[in-house]
Parts: sequence; C-alpha cells; structure tokens
Amino acid sequence: MKLHLKIWRQKNAQDPGGFVDYDLDGVSPDSSFLEMLDLLNEELIAKGQEPVAFDHDCREGICGMCSLMINGVPHGQDREPIKQITACQLHMRHFRDGETVVIEPWRARAFPVIKDLIVDRSAFDRIIQAGGYISVSTGSAPEANAIPIGKKDADKAMDAAACIGCGACVAACPNASAMLFVGAKVAQLSYLPQGQIERYDRVVNMVNAMDAEGFGGCTNTGECEAACPKEISLDFIARMNSELIKANLKGGR
Amino acid sequence: MVGVMSFPRTTIGKKVIMAVTGLIWIGFVAGHMFGNLKMYLGAEHFNAYAEGLRTFGEPFLAYGQALWLVRIIIILAVVLHIWAAVTLKMRNLQARPVRYSKHRKLHADAASLSMIYGGVAILLFVLYHLAHFTWGLSAVHPDFRPTDPYHNVIVGFQNRLATGIYLIGLVALALHLYHGTWSMFQTVGLNNKSYDKLLRGLAWLVAIIIPLGFVTVPLGVILGILS
Ligand code: HEM
Ligand code: FES
Repeated sequence: MKLHLKIWRQKNAQDPGGFVDYDLDGVSPDSSFLEMLDLLNEELIAKGQEPVAFDHDCREGICGMCSLMINGVPHGQDREPIKQITACQLHMRHFRDGETVVIEPWRARAFPVIKDLIVDRSAFDRIIQAGGYISVSTGSAPEANAIPIGKKDADKAMDAAACIGCGACVAACPNASAMLFVGAKVAQLSYLPQGQIERYDRVVNMVNAMDAEGFGGCTNTGECEAACPKEISLDFIARMNSELIKANLKGGR
Repeated sequence: MVGVMSFPRTTIGKKVIMAVTGLIWIGFVAGHMFGNLKMYLGAEHFNAYAEGLRTFGEPFLAYGQALWLVRIIIILAVVLHIWAAVTLKMRNLQARPVRYSKHRKLHADAASLSMIYGGVAILLFVLYHLAHFTWGLSAVHPDFRPTDPYHNVIVGFQNRLATGIYLIGLVALALHLYHGTWSMFQTVGLNNKSYDKLLRGLAWLVAIIIPLGFVTVPLGVILGILS
C-alpha cells in the first residue's frame, strides 16, 4: 500500500523543527507501524538522507519506549479494533491505501524534543527518584509467602504496576499533565505492605517533583485513561489525591 | 515539604481547594434556587422570605448579620476558587509550549474542556445579576424598589435581553455543574470505577435540577404565569 507521511523533523532541541512530507510505496498491510518507518528510513538512507529518529526498543508493547502521536492520537491506537496498544503494536492494515498520516512527537514542556520524534522523558525518572521506590537492603530473595497481601490489594497494585511509563498520558492530556503516571506509581506502592513505611513522604515528594518538572494540572477530562496503552485507571489519580490529602493531614508524620 | 502552607501550592492542593469551594457554591446555588421558587407563592410570601433572610437568627444576631455571614463565606470561596482556577490554567497553558498540528480527543466532553470559560461566564453573569437585582443599578434595572423584590423580578424579566442573559448564564452553570459535581469527588479521592456511574448520575441530577429550578422564574414571567 501507499502512504503519504507528514513527519515532524527537528535536528535538536534548539532547532524550531517542522513537518516534512514523504511518499512511501510498497508498505505491507501486515507490517507494524514501526516497520513502516524502518522502510522509510531504508529509503532515506539509500538516497543519502538523514533517517527519521524515533524511540523504540522491545517492539512488543512492554518497554514503553515507542512514543508517537499518530494523526492526533498517542500510539495511533484508536485504529486497532483492540484499543489500548502501543505504536509498536499498531498495524498498517488499519490504514487506508493512499492515506495521509501525520506523525508528531509527544508535546510537553517537560518532554523536550531531542531529535525528530524522540523526546526526553527523564522527567519521569526524576519523579521516580523522588519516591517511587522502597528503601530496603538488597540481599538474598526473601520467602515470598512471608508477607501476606490481600487479593484485592494485590490486584490493584498489579493494575497500577502495568504502567510502562511511555508518557502517552502526558501526550494526550490537554494540559500535558503527568497525573496518571504519577498516580499509578504512588498508588502501586500504597497498596502493598512494603510501601507503608515511606507511604506519606512518597506522595508528597513525588507530587512536588512532578510539579517542579513543569507538567500541567489535572482537569479530570479522562483523556489520559482513554489513551493509556496499559488501561491505567483514573482511580489511581483519585488514590494519589487522597494519599496527598492524608499526608498533609498527618503533617508529615 | 508538607503542611498548610505548601499543600495549596501543589497542583493537587489547588484542585482540592476548587472542590471544597465549588461544593460551598453548589450548596449556595441550590438554596438560592429553592428560595426563588417562592415567587410562585406570591408577592407577600416572596418579600417576607427576602426580609426573613435579614432577620434570620434574631435576637442572637442583629439585622442582616446572618445574611452577611453567608455572603462573606461565598465571597471568600469564590475568590479562592478563581485564584486556583486561574493559576492552574496559566500553568496548564505553559505546560505545552509547542502545540500539536493535530490532536484528537478520545474521551473528554465539552463540559470538562470548557470549565474555565464557563467559569468566567458565570462570574460575569453573577456581577450582572448583582447589578440587576441586588444593587438595582438604573443602567440595568428600569424600576428598582429596594423593599419590593417581587416587583423587581417581574419587571426585570419583562425585558427580553435580561432574560436572554439569564438563559446563557444558566447554560454555563449547567455545564459547570455537570463536570464540577463529578470532578470534585475525583479530586478529593472519593471516586473509583464502582462509584463512577453513581457520581455521573448525581452530576446529571445537579446539573439539571438546579438550572431548571432557576429558569422557571424568568420563563414564568415571560409566559405570564407570574405577574
Ligand atoms: C456558581 C458558581 C460556581 C460553582 C458552583 C462552581 C463549582 C465548581 C466545582 C464543584 C468544581 C469542581 C472542582 C474539582 O474538579 O475538584 C469546579 C471547577 C472549576 N471551576 Fe467552578 N464553580 C463556580 C464558579 C466558577 C467561576 C466563577 C470560575 C472562574 C472564573 C470557575 C472556574 C472553574 C474551573 C477552571 C474549574 C476546574 C475545572 C477542571 O478542573 O476541569 N468556577 N467548579
Ligand atoms: S517499543 Fe517497547 S512498547 Fe513499543
């Protein structure tokens, strides 16, 4: 199949960047979206041009590296009959022959463009460093059944832990807010016994880190949840909010 | 840092302030709407109700004190609500300096996307409403009599332009209440998927009943039911 691509090209963070049009022929409907970009890049390299830079790693929807805004939707996922996928799991059979496809990077002040479609998501790493961990001495693995965890709590913690940190929530949010990511990370440890010791410091420190990175605030539009490839629920934002309220009521104790 | 001084500076703390002050205003508009329905009981009843708002609590409170207490609470609430709304909106605008060439919404409804604009509309409407029925400025009300609110309402709504402004104000209020009522539960952490439908239903109820109650008065005047 044939495609008309409009791709954001930007040399580096300083370059203002702009869209460049490409016509691509011979795309297999069975190829994935990233394979389609590989095909384009091979053609560009053969012509002696600079290939399009984009993030990817596992290509099986688990690492969270791929990060493309496709026709105005993070990961282009509204196309697949199964929603909530990553761009690497999106297939070209869901595009029309001859279709124009607009590809942009995630756009947020806290996610500056490094090159073309690659953005710097280290803001997420700094939020995790602010509290998304438990302080225990590592050593030999403890007996798994030594700490009983209720089924409901375990399920919720697992649901929150499904977040792969791709940033689609930030990309989708009208305010470029990171609440769904931070909510998932705060909530995950809040349900588990191991997370109790640092529970209230964690939420305060992670929310402060989130705000310091320049993400927007939450207006409860629900765009993040709809765009999340891992179906992370808005419930975790509510959970983070109540954790922060409790932390402040306790006055840091 | 935690505590009373740092919490309101966080993006979440500001939303919690909006939720609490929004709830105060929902309580106020609900009570106000219910009071307005006394128009249907006639001039004597309605004017006695307006006077009763001022004599409420006597002899413990002096004339007008209860009313002023409520006024101070809602003024403080709206100032905090607007402060949080505006500072958050400015932050949100800065959070995406380069906009998308294409950005499709997957879920967000018009109510959730228009909160700040609806809020500004409500604020302007409230100022107009105060000039109309509380201060009775001659520029907005043709024949204002300080001791006869029933008369002021009837005469006020005989003007089509005034009625139109009220209708617009009430549409803005309905949208704001629809998103706001659900949103405040989410903001203070009292929502989850098992309550979500219930809270959406509550939001529908609040967003329909309150504006509908209000609108019966100008419509009643126009249709000649109230005169
Ligand atoms: C009758 C008057 C008002 C009532 C009953 C009301 C009620 C509410 C409620 C309950 C919320 C939800 C808070 C939350 O999400 O936690 C809210 C949010 C909001 N209000 Fe108001 N409000 C009123 C007036 C105003 C005014 C005058 C403005 C601005 C000038 C305003 C701007 C906003 C904004 C921007 C939000 C945030 C919406 C969002 O998060 O998406 N409101 N309001
Ligand atoms: S490349 Fe790993 S999730 Fe897409």
